[in-house]
Amino acid sequence: MIDFFISPFTDYIFLRRALMACMALALGCGPVGVLLVLRRMSLMGDALAHSILPGVALGFLFGGFSLPAMGLGGFLVGFLVAILAGAISRFTILNEDASFAGFYLISLALGVLIVSTHGTQIDLMHVLFGTVLAVDSVSLIMVASITSFTLLSLGIIYRPLVIECFDPGFLRVVGGWSSLYHFLFLILVALNLVAAFQALGTLMALGMMMLPAVSSRLWARHVWSLFLLSSFFAVISGYFGLLLSYHLEWPSGPSIILIAGLIYGVSLIFAPFGALKRQQGMAQ
Amino acid sequence: MGRGILGTLNSMTNGLHTFWNHLTKSHTTIRCEPNGPISIQLQNLSVSYPQNPVISGLSCHFDAPSLWGIAGPNGAGKSTLLKTLLGIQKLKDGSITFHGFCPCDVAYLAQQNQLDRRFPLTVGDTIAMGLFREVGVFQRYSDIQREKMQAALDQVGLSSFWRTPLQALSGGQFQRVLFARLILQDAPVIFLDEPFTGVDAQTINDLMRLLELWVREGRLVIAVLHDLDLVQDYFPQTLLLARHFYKWGPTEDILTKENMQASLAASRSWESMAGVS
Repeated sequence: MIDFFISPFTDYIFLRRALMACMALALGCGPVGVLLVLRRMSLMGDALAHSILPGVALGFLFGGFSLPAMGLGGFLVGFLVAILAGAISRFTILNEDASFAGFYLISLALGVLIVSTHGTQIDLMHVLFGTVLAVDSVSLIMVASITSFTLLSLGIIYRPLVIECFDPGFLRVVGGWSSLYHFLFLILVALNLVAAFQALGTLMALGMMMLPAVSSRLWARHVWSLFLLSSFFAVISGYFGLLLSYHLEWPSGPSIILIAGLIYGVSLIFAPFGALKRQQGMAQ
Repeated sequence: MGRGILGTLNSMTNGLHTFWNHLTKSHTTIRCEPNGPISIQLQNLSVSYPQNPVISGLSCHFDAPSLWGIAGPNGAGKSTLLKTLLGIQKLKDGSITFHGFCPCDVAYLAQQNQLDRRFPLTVGDTIAMGLFREVGVFQRYSDIQREKMQAALDQVGLSSFWRTPLQALSGGQFQRVLFARLILQDAPVIFLDEPFTGVDAQTINDLMRLLELWVREGRLVIAVLHDLDLVQDYFPQTLLLARHFYKWGPTEDILTKENMQASLAASRSWESMAGVS
């Protein structure tokens, strides 16, 4: 029992680091994902996740395979794309999701091009799919710092942020900084995507945010309980994902996301707001 | 001690707040004269979306206390007028002057379909937003404020709904919650955009009593409505608006057959001009 569930993490330092990284990630990504879902910005999160790739690639170009360099590049470009897409939807006929889709396709192509021309096929795989088992102390500190910053910021702006999610027009009329909170929130999304990218790669970074968040939406009925549950699901996914990947020699990123997907599937059927319960409710 | 720190934080955020508003607010031409009795004056007001005039040459004034219904055909610029008064929509020409209050004293109820009724909040959480300006970002709700919230719920007939999640409410109950939030905002000027759409007759009746109470308390209440029967039954004053055509005054003088036909003709002639079929 202990051999199966605990020993891998006591025996191998890289697994221990990976587990810590996943847990830190889960604590930050849980609440941010819930807010993305509540703001109906899931699609935009997806686009943002892909658009950090060229930044990561530029970081790779100048700093080699170091997380801080790639993370900084990814954050800057991701944030730039978010701003540009917002501006384009304001000044042209295109909707925000359409302009995001345009940007992220270009970003993806550009990122893959830069990494493949200046690195190996393996580098490309690492950037796209992540290397949680190769997390070093510097990366771990970076992920933990991003999580701490995220939780602290959410704690400070919780009240207006929730109002802004529910009724942005209201906050504007009572004189709140509606657009400022939107802006801060975009920064938090970009930061957490950068943190998640090391573990899960740019293609699946959003998985740690979205899957636990949509699962928790099916169980809980308060914003704060959604936050807690979403983080909890993300922690569970991280732990069991790593465990599976160790015992079955599966790649770690996809294992983590698949566990999160399994939780989602179970929630869809059995949760209080899932398919079964709703059916019962309708039958009564 | 804790209160002191929170208070300081609050005033700091309020300062930042003003700064941010100054940076981001689009400069509309709403003028403010804080003294005197409450009224809104529109002078030759024109609003247009790109190459599409919505309102042109509108001059009228609304004086508190009164209850105004804004009626007119679909797409006649009713909601646009409210948005302009809120400073969300820019003017093309003319002027708006607020007497006796400033834009931040306005409470606004948007159309219900703009909100997510399955949002994970309780009724208590939702009405508490009405006190946002009093409590700010950090402060706790005091006992007095909790009592106020309970009183507001009592007033809209939802006394025992404090902990009920929004998703369990009917359309009418949800609207009552939003009205409780308006009560807590305690604003001298209140704008409502289609407040009775998708709401049952009993609720309409109860909420109308509330609007009449607000007017007796000296407030200025302006509601956009597509339902002319409602305007006829409940609203003493009407602004009938159809783009360049408008009439305003006591409802019985305004909602006449000739005026109604003229307003329809005005919005139709615009549609044919713009090539909208």
